[in-house]
Amino acid sequence: MTDTTDTTVDLQREFAETGIGEVLDELDRELVGLKPVKTRIREIAALLLVDRVRQRLGLATQPPTLHMSFTGNPGTGKTTVALRMANLLHRLGHIRKGHLVSVTRDDLVGQYIGHTAPKTREVLKKAMGGVLFIDEAYYLYRPENERDYGQEAIEILLQVMENQRDDLVVILAGYADRMDTFFKANPGFHSRIAHHVDFPDYADEELLDIADVLLGAQNYRFSDEARKAFSDYLVARRRQPHFANARSVRNALDRARLRQANRLFESGMPLDADRLMTLEAPDILASRVFAAAEGSPA
Amino acid sequence: MMTNYGNRLTQGQFSFLPDLTDEQIKAQVQYALDHGWALGVEYTDDPHPRNTYWEMYGMPMFDLADAAGVLMEINNCRKTFPNHYVRVTAFDSTRGVESLRMSFIVNRPDDEPGFKLERQELAGRRIAYTTRSYAAQKPEGERYS
Repeated sequence: MTDTTDTTVDLQREFAETGIGEVLDELDRELVGLKPVKTRIREIAALLLVDRVRQRLGLATQPPTLHMSFTGNPGTGKTTVALRMANLLHRLGHIRKGHLVSVTRDDLVGQYIGHTAPKTREVLKKAMGGVLFIDEAYYLYRPENERDYGQEAIEILLQVMENQRDDLVVILAGYADRMDTFFKANPGFHSRIAHHVDFPDYADEELLDIADVLLGAQNYRFSDEARKAFSDYLVARRRQPHFANARSVRNALDRARLRQANRLFESGMPLDADRLMTLEAPDILASRVFAAAEGSPA
Repeated sequence: MMTNYGNRLTQGQFSFLPDLTDEQIKAQVQYALDHGWALGVEYTDDPHPRNTYWEMYGMPMFDLADAAGVLMEINNCRKTFPNHYVRVTAFDSTRGVESLRMSFIVNRPDDEPGFKLERQELAGRRIAYTTRSYAAQKPEGERYS
């Protein structure tokens, strides 16, 4: 404690040494949009970095609570970000191993009395030193059935989240409205989670960017007309029920690939790599989303 | 002459050392996990050296990454059986090995009365030896209480 005044540290160098810069850049590059999410991740990274430096200078630090809840509509990238989070926290030295254990209600809650606790503990043990990602966490709590074993799982989770904060990070994910009900019914959960991150819906241009990224990863691309058609498709698709952001984009692209394959097959002409890679406008326009949009009065 | 002061049970690794701290246990467990061995927690109140198979406390733990999970289970077992012997085993499933690689005691009763050595005189000045745990004279569950 005595020599803290005349010791200085170089935050930038520390930043470079940990290699978080890379992870954050990667996040920026590979994930389209998600502004608030990226901001929050940067804040967390900065806090952990400063904590590291403080610790080196002998200043008192308490490991911060990093349990998180990701809320947002379907297909907004909650699972993808959680995966990155494990890597990031590992690089920052907050968790020791950096693996992600992804579970849903089925993995935590048992089927008969006395089955739940060992099951939940098993999962927790596997997640120690890493990140436990509970997808669709609101299913844990079933208000309509008071003898539901989900409550038991919740209690064990809460206990471990509180007592072994430096051993694992718990991330809950789910749709916003249902998570609200879940937190209302379990106030203990709400207060033990420091970071409530909301994933916004994507704008149409962002979805188009995502489509380009997805296609690029599979060695496909849009022709100019197809790109135009796809942006029309997105507008029409958004008006229909069960729109799931990036997931809808992925499904639409899968179907377009199907139609492209069929078109190429029926054309019977010799093909070059370029034609095998390009999705044309008819592949998109054949979607029944357009038919439905025309049929409706709007 | 008292060769084993306090009659401490000496089975498995580290048993001639002072009891391991939780930090030291964690380090040993992490070593086992890094080699891909499955950890198990076992307990007994019959410390006879030929009592090889102790009761298992829960399932053996496969696919763990970090020692904190095993320590959680050890602490649960200590809480349930504060006056039993508790040991941690690491099982190596590699073909051709398929046996324990590590085994060490992590919990022992406060008072260990030790063993009695019985000598039985046989014909022709031969002697048969038997060791008997003083604690095991009592029924199971009431020893060491």
